Amino acid sequence: MIIKNKTIVEDGWCVLRLADGQEPDSVTVPSGPVIVPLAVWLAQRETLKARIDVGVWLASSERPEALGADDVAKLPVIAVDFPKFADGRGYTIAYLLRERSGFKGELRAIGDVLRDQLYYMQRVGFDAFAVRQDKDINDALKALSDFSENYQASVDQPQPLFRRVSRGAA
Amino acid sequence: MYRYDQFDHQIVAERVAQFRGQVERRLSGELTEDEFRILRLQNGLYMQIHAYMLRIAVPYGLLSAAQVRMFAHIARKYDRDYGHFTTRQNIQFNWIKLPDAPDILADLATVEMHAIQTSGNCIRNITCDEFAGVAQDEIVDPRPYAEILRQWSTFHPEFGFLPRKFKFSITGASDDRAAIAVHDIGLAVVKSDQGEVGFRVLVGGGLGRTPVIGTEICPFVPWQDVITYVESIVRVYNQYGRRDNMYKARIKILVKALGIEEFRRQVEADWQFTRGGPCTITPQELDRVTACFTAPAYESLTDIDIELDALQSDNKAFANWLQRNVKPHKVAGYASVVLSLKKTGIAPGDATSAQLDAAAELAERFSFGELRATHMQNLVLADVKQSDLFALWQAAKSLGLATPNIGLLTDIICCPGGDFCTLANARSIPLARAIAECFDDIDFLHDIGEIDLNISGCVNACAHHHIGHIGILGVDKDGEEWYQVSIGGAQGNDSSIGKVIGRSFSFGQIPEVLARLLTVYVENRYDDERFIDTVRRIGYEPFKTNVYATPVEDDKELAGIDYELLKVGVPYDMPYYSPRF
Ligand code: SF4
Repeated sequence: MIIKNKTIVEDGWCVLRLADGQEPDSVTVPSGPVIVPLAVWLAQRETLKARIDVGVWLASSERPEALGADDVAKLPVIAVDFPKFADGRGYTIAYLLRERSGFKGELRAIGDVLRDQLYYMQRVGFDAFAVRQDKDINDALKALSDFSENYQASVDQPQPLFRRVSRGAA
Repeated sequence: MYRYDQFDHQIVAERVAQFRGQVERRLSGELTEDEFRILRLQNGLYMQIHAYMLRIAVPYGLLSAAQVRMFAHIARKYDRDYGHFTTRQNIQFNWIKLPDAPDILADLATVEMHAIQTSGNCIRNITCDEFAGVAQDEIVDPRPYAEILRQWSTFHPEFGFLPRKFKFSITGASDDRAAIAVHDIGLAVVKSDQGEVGFRVLVGGGLGRTPVIGTEICPFVPWQDVITYVESIVRVYNQYGRRDNMYKARIKILVKALGIEEFRRQVEADWQFTRGGPCTITPQELDRVTACFTAPAYESLTDIDIELDALQSDNKAFANWLQRNVKPHKVAGYASVVLSLKKTGIAPGDATSAQLDAAAELAERFSFGELRATHMQNLVLADVKQSDLFALWQAAKSLGLATPNIGLLTDIICCPGGDFCTLANARSIPLARAIAECFDDIDFLHDIGEIDLNISGCVNACAHHHIGHIGILGVDKDGEEWYQVSIGGAQGNDSSIGKVIGRSFSFGQIPEVLARLLTVYVENRYDDERFIDTVRRIGYEPFKTNVYATPVEDDKELAGIDYELLKVGVPYDMPYYSPRF
């Protein structure tokens, strides 16, 4: 199960992670909906791009610009991996994919994805969350409504508070 | 000062609810300590040696009397009757129980306060000149910009998990009293030749293990663009700052590794996408926030030096206080007053609930109900009528808040050190206390004049020892506490990093070492020359030579004097929610 567009849904995708000894250019990409590592995508792009059920995931150390405009326009899902929840690079990667690359498809957080980070993740453009397996996904869902207002602009809200509302002393 | 509107109230209230839930989940075991640690740190809750410490944000140091009374309430109800003002203009409480933390935050919210981002790898409280708005040398009041940046940085979704903590400081005066050169980003308000307001931006300053003076990344960012510009700096840092080694994770290391030109190029490449966009500050927003910082209802007065002179002639103690603790004000007939939290025998920066309540009352009686916390760990009443100074002095004296030592040797900046902090190599509060006792002669202190003495218990440099004229750093030698001494550091416009004079000393040797340093100064100084200027003129060799000329006696008694009197309670005597217990 994952959280998608603020509801809990069945997850149709599986995530391919390279095991020791597997190489990006030779690993067999299974059939059926699969999210492959960036390196696999780059190595096998010519064959994979014919499929509509292949997505790509980025490690927190990888660059969103590695996906060209053509990929960004066509990929149904891009995932960003959080190796540890305290590794905050994924937030900027998501922001850049949405704001700079113009990615419109599903942007999914994978890895160490926990309840207390979902609110920020949603703000920077993630719309799907593969909450860590050992955690209660129903509880995690609640975090998406922790706050009802935000000061600053981000992907979910391109205007900062001071441009959206008339502010004044309470 | 800034007043919350409905949105500020709502965001803080939702934060209290969110944190209450996180604490409940921790207490029930649903959250592991590893998961909770980072959440509580984002809310200023540290686990220290004896208990949790809660650090409360004092945005740019500005406080109302009601807020200070709330601190007194927290000290009484949840702590051991005192709070500790920090070098980043915040206040922290050392004896907090985890289940109380959400209630404390709820209490704070009633006076428009919180503990958001006072710790953790995120953007911290933005510090500011403590004389903002009243200083004679001010170009532009920096507080509205500090508030606008506070809101921008509060729960910034992209920057909650940076490689390391991130600190801003901002000044609007020609004399930098906010130590902007030792912050991750330092902002100095400047006016262009055409009269436009903007910011000179420094980046990559910092202390800690690798002290660095910040480098100018841009000489002038127009005020409208300051959010987008700093956002680009933090974005580049979030992507490329090192995450493999905590000691190399601050932005200063990235700036050094890339070089300022390449770093600037990356920032500008990012900025071109956002510059002029929705995050550009609007004149309406600046006006709205600036309206909170308008001058109070000053009376039209004239300066009254003559009366002061008269009083000075027959009251030496008052004269000393006027000289050290009273600062000039831009409005005729007014002055700013520093309430010293550096009385001998008290941990630097500590204030009891009674003192906090009394300080709030003094603010109401003498200074339009406002106070400021300073990065030197004192309090300021910024708008006092000169004709009230004598009455204020008498009141402050009876409260133990009028020690005439501001800027002098015993106005020591001191971190919590080994008495509280798990990271410490050595104790700093008892050492500060021993030094204050050894040099407790006000005439001597006034003769020595301005000197910054900073004591940090470890290399994290919370007390900014690198920029003390004399800096003392706790070091560990085979499990024992030792202290390294440096001289020649300075904050402000001519910031510099101090140089270590040689091998380290024991606790009991430090007062004698200081005495030897001061002897060299007294023998070599020109008339009004400050210690730091003498060091710069004659170099540090004569100081070093004199200190190490003969063996320094180790006063074992000195190390023994304090323990009974120290405020630190018996460790490990109560069940806190900590893995240590
Ligand atoms: S300088 Fe070190 S010992 Fe002192 S408070 Fe900071 S971390 Fe703790």
